[in-house]
Amino acid sequence: MTDAAWESLSNQAVAAAGLLYFLALLAHLVEWASLRKVPLASGAAARDSIDIPGGVAVATGPHSDEAEGRARRTALFGRLGFLITCIAVAVQAVSLFARGMAADPNRVPWGNMYEFTLTGTFVVAFLYVVLYRKFRLAWMAPIVLAFVLTVLMVAVIWLYAPVAPLTEALSSYWLVIHVVSAIIATGAFTLGGITSALYLVKARSLSKNGPQETGYVARLPQPEALDRVSYRLHAFGFPVWTFAVLITGPIWAHQAWSSYWNWDPKEVWAFITWVVYAAYLHARTTAGWKGRNAAILALVGVATLWFNFIGINYFSTTSQHSYAGGAKQIAPLEPAPALSRDSA
Amino acid sequence: MSTVLSTRPPEDDRRPGELGFRELLRWVWRQVTSMRTALILLLLLALAAIPGSIIPQTGVDSLKTSNWQSDHPKLTPVYERLGLFSVYDSAWFSAIYILLMISLVGCIVPRTFHYWRGMRAKPPAAPRNLSRLPDHAAYTTTDAPEVALERATALLKRRRYRLSVSTGSTTGDGGDSVSAERGYLREVGNLIFHLSVLVVLVGFGLGSMFGYKGGVILLVGDDFGFSNNLTQYDEFKPGSLFRADEMEPFSFKIDDFDVDWLTTGRRAGMARGFQSHLTYREGRDSPEKKYDLRVNHPLSIGDTDVFLIGHGYAPTITIKDADGNISGGPTPFLPTSQSFQSIGVVKAPDAEPTQIGLEGEFYPTVAFSDQTGSYYSLLGKPLDPMISMLVYTGDLGMDDGSSQSVYALDKSKTTMLTKKDGTPYRLDLRPGETAKLPNGLGSVTFEKAPGVDGGVQRWNKIQISQTPGKWIALTGVVMALIGLLGSLFIRPRRVWVRARRQGDGTLVEVAALDRSGGGDVSVVVDELVASLQGPQSGKQQQREDES
Repeated sequence: MTDAAWESLSNQAVAAAGLLYFLALLAHLVEWASLRKVPLASGAAARDSIDIPGGVAVATGPHSDEAEGRARRTALFGRLGFLITCIAVAVQAVSLFARGMAADPNRVPWGNMYEFTLTGTFVVAFLYVVLYRKFRLAWMAPIVLAFVLTVLMVAVIWLYAPVAPLTEALSSYWLVIHVVSAIIATGAFTLGGITSALYLVKARSLSKNGPQETGYVARLPQPEALDRVSYRLHAFGFPVWTFAVLITGPIWAHQAWSSYWNWDPKEVWAFITWVVYAAYLHARTTAGWKGRNAAILALVGVATLWFNFIGINYFSTTSQHSYAGGAKQIAPLEPAPALSRDSA
Repeated sequence: MSTVLSTRPPEDDRRPGELGFRELLRWVWRQVTSMRTALILLLLLALAAIPGSIIPQTGVDSLKTSNWQSDHPKLTPVYERLGLFSVYDSAWFSAIYILLMISLVGCIVPRTFHYWRGMRAKPPAAPRNLSRLPDHAAYTTTDAPEVALERATALLKRRRYRLSVSTGSTTGDGGDSVSAERGYLREVGNLIFHLSVLVVLVGFGLGSMFGYKGGVILLVGDDFGFSNNLTQYDEFKPGSLFRADEMEPFSFKIDDFDVDWLTTGRRAGMARGFQSHLTYREGRDSPEKKYDLRVNHPLSIGDTDVFLIGHGYAPTITIKDADGNISGGPTPFLPTSQSFQSIGVVKAPDAEPTQIGLEGEFYPTVAFSDQTGSYYSLLGKPLDPMISMLVYTGDLGMDDGSSQSVYALDKSKTTMLTKKDGTPYRLDLRPGETAKLPNGLGSVTFEKAPGVDGGVQRWNKIQISQTPGKWIALTGVVMALIGLLGSLFIRPRRVWVRARRQGDGTLVEVAALDRSGGGDVSVVVDELVASLQGPQSGKQQQREDES
């Protein structure tokens, strides 16, 4: 296959993945819409205990044929949605692979914002699929899919850049190590942030209205279970982020830019994200900060993370992480620092 | 009613809430080292780091900073006073992280003692009523209680629990029990993590205090070289405690410089595969060695690293004055675009009868734009190099001894040469060409550099940095990561197993308690019960789940 063919394959695969995510989202919306009318079975509250995090408890309440048929239908749509999501993730993987093959010489698909965003959404969706059973994430489906679909659209509409070879400073095996770990952590933090947001919604609904019988919020796991899932995702993400930002990042920065920490805006924000998540982990063991405040910190963390990922490229022009194209390059290898050579 | 109702001793005449000096100190220490304070300091640190990413920083990009400052004359003095142009050295930023470190030490020290005591303590005896714990299970067996407990002891020991056995007589509940605890290393991980934050800070501090970072623009070729001492640098940023005699006495020259220019594809015109072929000596009398300096592949000499971070052209321009004296030579021009359109200045302060200055641009592959009516550079590769310069005569302002940038011309006391029709007199020269200046001032030649691609001399921007303590910092972060993994994934828990006679069998109760605040121990209980019952299935089991 020629490079051009690979590139168009990649673009088509992205389009297909977007469509599949949309279909999966529709399937889950049908599932949840039809669940709205089904009251939470009396037994479901017990099933929804902290022993079983997640898990959409389908009504088994009063045994009428209608309720049973509805239960079967919702379960069908739930499974359909998950199946389509799996296919979409696979298609997106193809798009990433093709993107790397389209470059000459072949390379990892992490050369610009479009490619980073493509990979970031892929990892979010991939982690969701992988952890679906372990953490019983069915309740997360509509939100993850809406998030992935939105960010994917942003990537295609605003961030798209044609395939091009890597700039010199990016041609390093540290690119693989540094970027992979950063993106994996981003995926985990994003899922953790979604869980924390739902925790806040659920806790608020419980304290305001008491236990509800119907609706999406009523079918969310108990706050304790959400908190635990969120903690686990963050506990996974934080060491990976530490590795990406405080170990591989400085090592590479030292090799490429001569100084392992430059207070480059991207570095500063990665550090801010790190500090916020450190505060989150700290808050979970501090009296008065458990639960609600910790969840808010997790949301702040995810906001700084995505701001750093996309936003800072448009705010700052001094960043040496200038792949966004926003930064002006003066000297060809890096933006030249002031040259104050004095003539004697 | 003047009866004073007070329990205070009469000799203490302080108002309520008033603290003695020692009490005040203790109160302050408690506040500073509390978890809440640490948390708030962490968030403050995050907040305080933000301005430095938005406002240009002197330490990061001084050119950009001075540009910003001249664009914002009103804000600049305010920002300056607040230290917003060097946030990360400012007093308030330092105050936050120093407080954080104090808080950290205040946290580590007592915790270490606490941990030391906890590590040597035996696991606590089983609570009286195991079924009150959220995760518990029970089953009956025909084995004697001693046998059941022995099996539990063996099983828990194999799983590396620390054990203590207590008999029913001591706890008074009519059954012997085993207490087991594991996951002691979680706290060790936690302590290592906190300690290594200090280590990282020490390493980072060493680097920024004793290290330096400097840059030099060095011409390619045997005639030019660099030896590592202060006078040779174009720019130099030393740490606050830097000593020049710590600099390593190496020297090098650039024999040759290679670039691959992409000629096809979407990034046609982009340069890659930069390589500087260096010859260097580690010390004054060391043997010569060779190294190919590339991006991402610095040359390490002792504690110092040498980096290739930029390149450009240095056209060899000579000025011959009216008396025939020649001045000038290869002059580095600064690239302003991806296609290496570059700006530069040539000065001839000794020219007679008047000083001569040239200012203009260099185009590696020149092209003319009808739209703008000016030259531009098509490619960075020197296919058709040309300089286009304006000529200034008069006082170049170099005689008063003050330093002057070599990339700028002080035109305040000069006049620009013009043609008869009043338009600027422009020198457009290709390598090997000479132009006579009007009014008998002399001539200017763009010399062809021998043996170089395109006939134009090149320069490399070399960055040199000495960062002592970088290995300390790296060790610190790696330790932090290991400690972090321990503190996040080692799950400390306690398990109790109690066996007592019930009817003609034995009732075995198992309970577990998660002590990490994120674990799920119901699985542990289930699994323990299953293993304890062993292959002798068919025993009735009652799993109580009342969470």
